[in-house]
Amino acid sequence: VLAVDDSSVDRAVISGILRSSKFRVTAVDSGKRALELLGSEANVSMIITDYWMPEMTGYELLKKVKGSSKLREIPVVIMSSENVPTRINRCLEEGAEDFLLKPVQPSDVSRLCSTYIPVSVSWISIQ
Amino acid sequence: MDYSNLRRQAASLKKGLFDQGHLDEQFRQVEDLQDEASPNFVEEVVVVFFKDSGRLISNLEQALEKYPRDFNRWDAYMQQLKGSCSSIGASRMKNECMSFRDNCGQRSVEGCMGSLQKLKREHAILRQKLESYFQVTLEAPPCQSWCHDRWIISINLLTDVCMFTMQLLRQVGPAGAATRPAM
Repeated sequence: VLAVDDSSVDRAVISGILRSSKFRVTAVDSGKRALELLGSEANVSMIITDYWMPEMTGYELLKKVKGSSKLREIPVVIMSSENVPTRINRCLEEGAEDFLLKPVQPSDVSRLCSTYIPVSVSWISIQ
Repeated sequence: MDYSNLRRQAASLKKGLFDQGHLDEQFRQVEDLQDEASPNFVEEVVVVFFKDSGRLISNLEQALEKYPRDFNRWDAYMQQLKGSCSSIGASRMKNECMSFRDNCGQRSVEGCMGSLQKLKREHAILRQKLESYFQVTLEAPPCQSWCHDRWIISINLLTDVCMFTMQLLRQVGPAGAATRPAM
């Protein structure tokens, strides 16, 4: 799972949630770094990204992923601390699989991961 | 060392943090993520939080000076901090963040300044209380007490098994001897 969030606290928490559910996690702090990693890492089963990030928002990252023939099959989940229906609808229409409100709960992440990816041996790479 | 006393002290400190509203349920969610593979997870996240929040507060103070009445900019900084507070369960800090953002919405410089001072106070209080809590938990680590308890249980179980075996042998002894083949 590729976790994308400019907040170091949220990266730590989401990584902890995924690790405790025995998922392999890579966490990065920007959409730009996420795209760099997606270009080199072949085995990303899901992307979970914050909406509001400087330089490239989660929505913009979503559009780039869904616009790429190589990446479009990867499920993308958006996280946000604000419950804005227009924002949620826009992301879902662009192809996001789900939209989570922060603070993210372990049960939300477990539900999504069990839907989209198999359990694998856990390791963490936090950048 | 009296671990049970230290554990009681840690439990009391933690209860106080919740009862006084410094922490909310989200902190328990973070605690639940701590396990044998990541035995210091909570403390690590808390360290990251205070480093991050300290930086954001400092950035905001600079912005208040450098960009007077730029409520949108001030609000953007506070939105980040509020997010971090929510993620870790820092409830009173989160409330002050929301108060600051309300003051931004009302375009009240005085209100923003007042909220910021309260936020800094809550930040300092939470930091001091959590440092005390982790200091105590370090002296009475849960893993050590778990190992101690498990060791006691193992000894008791072994004793019970030995006693049972001895009783069984006393009962079976004569019959067992009768069934032994003749030499």
